[in-house]
Amino acid sequence: MTTVQQPAAPAAEEGGGADIRRPPRLRPAGRRDVALFWFAIPGLTALLLFHYVPLLGNVIAFQDYQPYIGIMHSPWSGLDNFDVLFNGDDQFLRALVNTLQLTLIQVVFVFPAPILLALALNSLVSERIKKWVQNVLYLPHFLSWVVVVALFQQMLGNTGMLNLFLQAHDLGTWNIIGNPELFKSLLTSQVIWKDSGWGTILFLAALSRVDNDLYEAAAMDGASRLRQTWHVTLPALRGLVILLLILRLGDALSVGFEQILLQQTGVGLENSEVMDTYVYNHGLLGGDWGVSAAVGLVKGLVGVVLVLGANKVAHLFGEEGVYTS
Amino acid sequence: MTTLSPTHPVRRRPPRRAYSAIPGETPGTSPWRALKSLILLICVVLVLLPFLAIISTSLADTAQVTKAGGYVLWPDNPGFSAYSALLSGGLVAKAMFVSVGITVVGTALSLLSSISLAYGLSRPGSFGHKPILMLLLMSLLFVPGVIPSYLMVKQLGLINSYWSLILPTMINAFNVIVLRSFFMGIPKELIDSARIDGASELSILTRIVLPLSKASVAVIGLFYAVTYWNAFFNALLYINDAAKWPMQMVLRTYVVNNAALSGGQVDVAAGAPLPPAQSLQAAILVLSIVPIVIVYPFLQRHMNKGVMVGAVKG
Repeated sequence: MTTVQQPAAPAAEEGGGADIRRPPRLRPAGRRDVALFWFAIPGLTALLLFHYVPLLGNVIAFQDYQPYIGIMHSPWSGLDNFDVLFNGDDQFLRALVNTLQLTLIQVVFVFPAPILLALALNSLVSERIKKWVQNVLYLPHFLSWVVVVALFQQMLGNTGMLNLFLQAHDLGTWNIIGNPELFKSLLTSQVIWKDSGWGTILFLAALSRVDNDLYEAAAMDGASRLRQTWHVTLPALRGLVILLLILRLGDALSVGFEQILLQQTGVGLENSEVMDTYVYNHGLLGGDWGVSAAVGLVKGLVGVVLVLGANKVAHLFGEEGVYTS
Repeated sequence: MTTLSPTHPVRRRPPRRAYSAIPGETPGTSPWRALKSLILLICVVLVLLPFLAIISTSLADTAQVTKAGGYVLWPDNPGFSAYSALLSGGLVAKAMFVSVGITVVGTALSLLSSISLAYGLSRPGSFGHKPILMLLLMSLLFVPGVIPSYLMVKQLGLINSYWSLILPTMINAFNVIVLRSFFMGIPKELIDSARIDGASELSILTRIVLPLSKASVAVIGLFYAVTYWNAFFNALLYINDAAKWPMQMVLRTYVVNNAALSGGQVDVAAGAPLPPAQSLQAAILVLSIVPIVIVYPFLQRHMNKGVMVGAVKG
């Protein structure tokens, strides 16, 4: 304090009242701000180098890319690489169909799981038990897909726990893991096991904000429990549900890449190839760089369009959406 | 609607008991409540049972595993032979070492760069604030594909280098945004008073901003650590040399793909038999879960807060 007041005193003698309030030792605003800019540099460099430069690298989608001559010298090929998309290459179509099927299945079965779980959790009276259950249910979210897939194999594989139990009771073997028919159900159950507990966090927070008077009023009006859920609880979750659906829609073309990649060998490509694995298998393993980059590029753009579009629709319906412009 | 009314006649129950004291809770009679508790109990068992099974199997002795045909739910003579075989040298010990190293170094670098980026963006109107923030936000929307990212890492000569597992994932835009919103919540008066005392931006960051946001920095650090520990795909892409594999790659090869561990890869006393394959696999799984379980209590203490801030202000 004293250091501020001492230089301020002569200023008051010379200039007048206004100068007293401005601390004279403060560095000029411009230099302060440049200092802040330097702080951003390391992170910004990483972002540019590993995010934006690769984004530019997508130009190989328009090239006949040859790894040994590089991006700079590879010949341009116009839209040749996009032929796969427009003319409906069988393998590409298969990947697209599988992806959309999985997205649909997951929106129907995976999406409501955390909501139901949150409603059940919310009715637990004991705070201690509730916390404990939450902590158990959140844990799988932090495991890697490799761990989750390995755990599922140990439990449900042909020599896993479940089948050991079945064999011990002469019930035969239930082929789950390597079965192409069950593959999509398996993927869905893995996603539910891993993430539905974690998904309850946002819903529980939204539920805790519901005004209890609303339930009281509904009960006064004679609403049954089911109708209280329907008319009070679920409307309270609506904004959040719409927001999460928009985000999910933006990811409509990416379903569980690591998860599927890990389990693809056992079940064959027919039922398991999705867009992301198509890009990986054709580009990095098959050396078909240009085509894979083209597919990846279109996939990314469609995702952006879907998010922006869904957000727009949400605005039209008077919801908040992901962002407001 | 109409079908519901007859079963729930109005005024049958006194209204005082028809709503719950818990906000947002759908009140229920005891059968409802019991059903919900039962569902939760089943969920908890479904989550915990696999852990119990692999921990028991990793500890069980050869005789019991052979008798059970594979997995056991409770070890009769628990022992650590599988773990000592894996950890006293060889592939798994090396992979654990690599994974721990990547996690520690990666988390430190991620935190340094994220904190400084978040702080650099914490005062609207500073030099370059708008375009940098825009770049950060846009990176959430526009994601470069696998192919260009791979080519970039290859171009930089990072294939088979541990840096390829750290640098590309060093900055997570979402984490930076969460940190930034914490930093912006710190009262401006505090920062101004430090500046009047002649503090540089660096000492404002280290002496005022960071001590005030310890908890959130800790959560973000843990999130980064979990991401580094769990990273599998980058290792698959960039690390071809099996001697440099992190734990997740070992797990994938020897447990998911079921490749056999031979004597050269695990260390047992000369002439002694290998522990049963099931126990070794289970032990590898346990080893790759243990670090997560260790940090989990710290993580869950703060995670509600971190997630909410990201959700509300993100």
